[in-house]
Amino acid sequence: MVDEATLKALEEKVAELKRLVEQDGLALENELALLEQRLEELRREYFARLSDWDRVKLARDPRRPTGIELVEMVFDDFYELRGDRLLRDDPALRGGMAKLSGKPLVVLFHQKGKTLEEQKRYRFGMAGPAGYRKAVRLMELAGRLRLPLVSLVDTPGAYPGVEAESHNIAGTIAQCLQTMLGLPVPTVAVIVGEGGSGGAVAIACADRVLMLEYAIYSVISPEGAAAILWKDQKAVPKAAEALGLSAPKLKELGVIDEVLPEPLGGAHSDPQATAATIRAALEKHLAELSSLPLDKLLQLRYKRYRDAGSYRELEGRS
Amino acid sequence: MPIWKDEKKGKRDYVEVTPSRARDLWLRCQSCGELVFRKKLAQNNYICPHCGAYFFLSAQERIASLVDEGSAVDVTAPLVAGDPLGFVDRKPYPERVKEAQRETGLLDAVAVVEAEIGGHPVVLAVMDFRFIGGSMGSVVGEQLCLAMERAVERRVPFVLVTASGGARVQEGVLSLMQMPKTVLVRRKLAEAGIPYIAVFTYPTTGGVLASIASLADITLAERGTRIGFAGPRVIEQTTKERLPPNFQTEDFALAHGMVDQVVPREALKEELSRILAILDGGRDGG
Repeated sequence: MVDEATLKALEEKVAELKRLVEQDGLALENELALLEQRLEELRREYFARLSDWDRVKLARDPRRPTGIELVEMVFDDFYELRGDRLLRDDPALRGGMAKLSGKPLVVLFHQKGKTLEEQKRYRFGMAGPAGYRKAVRLMELAGRLRLPLVSLVDTPGAYPGVEAESHNIAGTIAQCLQTMLGLPVPTVAVIVGEGGSGGAVAIACADRVLMLEYAIYSVISPEGAAAILWKDQKAVPKAAEALGLSAPKLKELGVIDEVLPEPLGGAHSDPQATAATIRAALEKHLAELSSLPLDKLLQLRYKRYRDAGSYRELEGRS
Repeated sequence: MPIWKDEKKGKRDYVEVTPSRARDLWLRCQSCGELVFRKKLAQNNYICPHCGAYFFLSAQERIASLVDEGSAVDVTAPLVAGDPLGFVDRKPYPERVKEAQRETGLLDAVAVVEAEIGGHPVVLAVMDFRFIGGSMGSVVGEQLCLAMERAVERRVPFVLVTASGGARVQEGVLSLMQMPKTVLVRRKLAEAGIPYIAVFTYPTTGGVLASIASLADITLAERGTRIGFAGPRVIEQTTKERLPPNFQTEDFALAHGMVDQVVPREALKEELSRILAILDGGRDGG
C-alpha cells in the first residue's frame, strides 16, 4: 500500500526532473513521462482509500493554496480592507471587496503561510479578537451596501492566548455569529482547508456552506479529541475517523451543501483548477440565493440553523 | 480540584463534584476536610459552613437555590441525544449519555423551568456540569432554543445559568452548529424586547461562551467561576506563554469588561430579583 512519504518523495522527484528538463534543457523527457505516469498511478491508489487522518494531513498541507492565493484566482479586482478600528489589523483573518462575474461582493478569508516565516507572520491562520472584530466590521459593511458575503475558511481555530482571552475572543466570535446570521444579503462559506471549531464557524454560518473535497470541518482537532476522550496521543487517527470531519461525511449529515471536487493529488497539484471549481460553485450558489426575495432568504437561513442537530423525542413522556 | 483562591483569606478554596454522592447524608468538604451534613449544606447554598468553599451545584440544586419556593414548573422538553456519528471513544456515546442520565436524573446537560424569582416570573435554563461536562450538543441547543421561544411566548425574561466545558465532542460538527442555532434564536428575544440575563458559573468556556452565553443583556458571574474560550493547557502548549495568576477567573473577566458583576453564590437570588424588579418597572402593562 502506498503511503504519504512515498508519494511525497515521488512528487519531489518529478518536480526536480521537470526543472531539469524545462530549465536546463536536459533530454530526459522519456524518464519524466515515465515517472509522471507512475506518480499518477500512485496518487490514484493513495486517494482511492484515504483515511480521515490522511484527509486531515492533506487539509493542513502547507503546499495547499492559501487564502490570498485563492482569492486572487477566484475573484477579480480584490481590494483589501484592513483593521478592526480599535487596536490593530490581524493578518490571520483578512478581507475586502472583490468582483465575481462583474458583481461586487465582500470576501473574508483566513490566511495561512507556506514557509515557516509566513506561517509565523500569519500565526498559522489562527486569528484573534482583532481578526474577528474586523470580520464583524466587514460583515456589517456587506449588509449596509447590500453586497453578498463570501468566506473562505482555513484555520486550525481561533488563537488561544492570554491577549486573546483578555480581549474577549469568545464574545467576539459570538458577535461574528450574530452579525453574519442577521445579514440582509446572501452569504456563502467555502471550507477550503481546515475548518477548526469556533474560529471557523464564526465566519461559516452561511446560507450555503461548501467544502473542498479534502478539506476538513471539525468541532475539535483530532489531537484534542484524542487527548480529552482517549487520553492517548496514539488515538489521533482513530479520533479523526470518529469525529466525522470529512467533506463527504458532512454532506451526508446535511451540515454542508456541496462537496467541491479537487484535482487528483489535492488542491495544490493544480491550484488554478481548484480556483475555477470554487468560482463556478460560488457563481451558481450566489445566483440562486440572489434570486430569492429577502424574506425568503432569511426564512431559509432561520430554518437551516434552527433545525440543526440530532435528537429524538422520548416516548411515554409528555 | 482547586477552583479559586480567596486572596483575603489567604487559603485555597475548593469546589467538589457531588454526583455519585447524591444520596449521601454527609459530604466531605475537599477544601477543609470537614464532614458536612447534607441538609445543612443545602440550606447554606452548598457553601461549606466551615470554610466557605463552594460545592458544585446540580441543575436541580441550582434551581432550588434561585427560585421562590414551590414556584418552579419543569418544562424541559422530553428530548434525548441522537448518535449521529455512531461515536465510540473509550465507550459508546449512547452509553455515556445513559450513564450521565442515571447519575444526574436529567435527560441532558440542561434543565428548564418556569418559575418566579423574587416574585418575578422567568423562564430559567440551568446547565449541569456533571452531565458530560455540561457540554452543548443537539439536545442542549434545542432546549435553550425552546426555552428562549417560551420566554418570548410568555413575555417573561430569560435567565440562563451556564456551566459548560464547551461543545459536545461526541456529536461532531452538529454540536458546533448549536452555536449559530442558539445565537439565531437569541434574536427572537431581542425582537420581542425580552430581557436575557446570563449567570456564569463554574465553568463557562469554549463554544458555549463563544455563542449564546456571551450575548446576554446582563451578565453576572458567580464567584469562583472559570470564564474563558481556550483551556489553560492549550494556551500554554500553543503559545508557550506564562499565564497570569488570576487568568480566566471571574475577577479577570470583570477587569477585562466581559461581565457586569461578580456575585457571591448566597447573593445571586437577591441580585437577580433586583435586576428583574428594575426591568419589570420598565415594561408597561406588566
